[in-house]
Amino acid sequence: MSTIQTTSSTPDDTRPRGPLAEVFFSLLRSRTFLVGFSIVLFWVACALFGEHFAPYDPLADDIINALAPPSSEHWFGTDQIGRDVFSRVIVGSRDILTVAPLATLLATVAGTALGLVTGYFRGLVDDVVSRILEAFMAIPVVIVALLAIVALGTSKTTVIVVIGLSFAPIIARTVRSAVLAERELDYVAAAQLRHESALHTMFVEILPNVIPPILVETTVRLGYAIFAVATLSFMGFGIQPPSPDWGLSISNNYGMIGGGFWWTVLFDALAIASLVIGVNLAADGVHGALND
Amino acid sequence: MTNSAKAENALEVTDLSVAYRVAGRNRAVLRNLSLTIGQGEAYGLVGESGCGKSTVALTVVRYLPRNGSITGGTISLDGQNVMKLDAEALRRARAESVSMVYQDPGKALNPSIRVGRQLTEIFELGGISGQAATDRAIAMLNRVRISDPMSVMQRYPHQLSGGMQQRVAIAMALANDPSMLILDEPTTGLDATVEAEVLNLIAQLRQELSASILFISHNLAVVSNMCDRVGVLYAGMLVEEGPTEVVFNDPRHPYTVALLRCLPRGGQRKDQGRLDTIPGFLPGIGADIKGCAFADRCALADDRCRSELPPLYDLGGRLSRCFHHDKAQALPRATPSDVAPVPRAAAAPVLRVTGLNKTYASHGHALRAVKDVSLDLRPGETLGLVGESGSGKTTFARLLLGLVPPDAGGTIELEGKALAPRLENRSDDQIKAMQIVFQNPDSALNRSHSIRHLIGRALKRLAGLSGKALEARLNDLVRSVRLTDRHLAVKPRQLSGGLKQRVAIARAFAGDPRIVVCDEPTSALDVSVQAAILNLLADLQSKEDVSYIFISHDLAVVRYLSDKIAVLYLGRIMELGPSEEVFSGPHHPYTEALLSAVPKLDQTETARIRLDGEIPSATNPPSGCVFHTRCPRKIGPICEQQEPPLSEAQPGHSIRCHIPYAELARLQRAAVTEPA
Repeated sequence: MSTIQTTSSTPDDTRPRGPLAEVFFSLLRSRTFLVGFSIVLFWVACALFGEHFAPYDPLADDIINALAPPSSEHWFGTDQIGRDVFSRVIVGSRDILTVAPLATLLATVAGTALGLVTGYFRGLVDDVVSRILEAFMAIPVVIVALLAIVALGTSKTTVIVVIGLSFAPIIARTVRSAVLAERELDYVAAAQLRHESALHTMFVEILPNVIPPILVETTVRLGYAIFAVATLSFMGFGIQPPSPDWGLSISNNYGMIGGGFWWTVLFDALAIASLVIGVNLAADGVHGALND
Repeated sequence: MTNSAKAENALEVTDLSVAYRVAGRNRAVLRNLSLTIGQGEAYGLVGESGCGKSTVALTVVRYLPRNGSITGGTISLDGQNVMKLDAEALRRARAESVSMVYQDPGKALNPSIRVGRQLTEIFELGGISGQAATDRAIAMLNRVRISDPMSVMQRYPHQLSGGMQQRVAIAMALANDPSMLILDEPTTGLDATVEAEVLNLIAQLRQELSASILFISHNLAVVSNMCDRVGVLYAGMLVEEGPTEVVFNDPRHPYTVALLRCLPRGGQRKDQGRLDTIPGFLPGIGADIKGCAFADRCALADDRCRSELPPLYDLGGRLSRCFHHDKAQALPRATPSDVAPVPRAAAAPVLRVTGLNKTYASHGHALRAVKDVSLDLRPGETLGLVGESGSGKTTFARLLLGLVPPDAGGTIELEGKALAPRLENRSDDQIKAMQIVFQNPDSALNRSHSIRHLIGRALKRLAGLSGKALEARLNDLVRSVRLTDRHLAVKPRQLSGGLKQRVAIARAFAGDPRIVVCDEPTSALDVSVQAAILNLLADLQSKEDVSYIFISHDLAVVRYLSDKIAVLYLGRIMELGPSEEVFSGPHHPYTEALLSAVPKLDQTETARIRLDGEIPSATNPPSGCVFHTRCPRKIGPICEQQEPPLSEAQPGHSIRCHIPYAELARLQRAAVTEPA
């Protein structure tokens, strides 16, 4: 059963907190969010300041100590050219944490614009645009990536554009359904009765009211984006050597597992997993706070 | 039944206090509430929203939301202390001795299970199964006067109309022959004609059943017709209690007095004076109340009222929580009644509609939502649109505003100039001349914007103002709808329903409109707030000479504000004429039925005309006169074969009926139907 909310009859008695403040406070009360957010924060700190507390230079090779197992000197061991895995894992979050959020941002901006247009105009515009987006969603990201890399060459920008554009239709779909519901409300009719332009109605009237679902979808997509960036790097389409990127490191070292050198792969894999879990927990928390 | 020996009282609530925990604080909702309901008695609980009516209902079955707690007092049902029951005993009590019927039957029934299954389930819980359970279910449906129970049992809830759904909900509530039936606003969402049917059913069931009833409603008239005794709740406290007739005809608490004065009664009209209002607001939930809770809003209050809680005075079979109970009826009016009558010159119509039609395509069928509507409206006049839901009132309003385009052929003329069918093709002057106040301010006001932005934007777009001029006009406008500066900075959700509706009115008046469409503007509001909004609309009209198209299902409200009435049925005008003539009759049989369905506060027995059956589907309207399927005055085959024309019976008063005007007059005089 839901809780009873008090609505004050006059604006000055026990002034209620604004909606954003309310969301903020319920986020602070959500253990799921706090745990997830701490994990993400940890990796963000590593990305920003990792090189200051990493014991070794992540790029410095040391052939004599190549493939050393974990020890007190090298906590996570060393890889095939003797680079310290621990240092590489710490600094390796930098590229993924720039590429994935930027890709998500691109997806959110493009998806929101598309969702607003399709949801607001409905009819033919919606039919045409939505069918195109659906067709786009049917193509696997990897194939899009391959094509883009052939066309644009390998770079971080390519990865951002590829992931951003492949996620945009998914966000567009969420925004569209929220806009369709908002559009039925009388304030949209009231705007039409003032001869407001479509742009004003979409961006000033409707957009602020569909922020919550957009926020939830964005955090969820961020988790997927991290995973996608790691996958592309692993396949060699993404971040390029000599970056200590996790996906790239796994790709370079996974041949070693057969030889028993598990430490060259395990810690990078755990790092990816923990970041994805952290983002997903935070997304859960945001979802809970906005739908309370 | 578990209790063989019945206790003296069906329900005894003693000193009950309930609090909701909000933002870390316990806020009192019910304060030391005591009431008893005798066996077989119907007890009505009335009061404005937020005074704790529904909390009483939830507390009786210990079904409070998770942030609610009982902070004191006892409840006993049939002599059994509900507070002491363990989980299992509580479950049994809820299953066997108490039943509840809520406001929205659509939510009380499971949408994905057939009605029959939902009914038999109740009997299966009681150990009856198979054919026996089915037989019992059919018997229950018969009991709530459902004529073909077998087919209803096969249907899903959404395939039934609102009235049918509520009957099914009542059947389910009665299934275990409860000793206590709690009805929480059971007819609030229903049309007047359906409401009358459901109330009639409940009244009949009372004769057959032994159940005691706790009837919760904000509608004083409904309670006065249904209940033996009534309690008036204010800020979680009982302020007055007594036999229904006595309380409503001779109230002894200023709150009850004020509440009754807020209602437009006895055919009161805007030019006969303003309605009284209750100043101020209900104390917020959990407010610290010293003395009488109503003191801040009461003109009789003195220092004692503000510092000392009045006891419940026993006035011989009735109670009143007021130091001044002996002079409660001398409560001065909060709003002066006097109004300067506006002499109205016969001017050219501001709006003229001819032959307006709207057809929707619905699953391959044509749905004629509005059919051949013609009327005109003069400056400063109000046209009331009445009819059941689905009669096309709102569609008609949207056609006028251009929000939906009408079928080709009809014309809408504003001040002599034809309006484009679509909003986009109308000029800025034309759109600002016709504005609307929507029914639900929560939907009509953008919840992301401040009040200042909402009104300011309308002034900018409609009045073309900016800078200092906008600021000055904004302040004028805000004052004319009686809001203050401190309301400007907040968002709509921080305002009460009445204040939100004032913002919506201010927005509609931003561009000095010629016509304002009011689509049920007060239906979501409490009576005291409704009175204030109606007064405001009447004041603005006499000041600005604006015309209204006023849609409402509440006939007393329509009558108060309207100069002219159009009665709609299945998209057609059945009757059109000056307000007084339409209400006092002779009128169309449909109008007659609508009027007689309204529960009246003054308990004069009136001849009741009941409408049988449902409003027919607009995709497949009846042949001939569309009303013949439900008409109590049908005269013969002509009604089924020929659609009567809308013919002028008196100058300015048209009726769409085969029965001649004189004959209608004779029939209706014979029925001695009192106007609402």
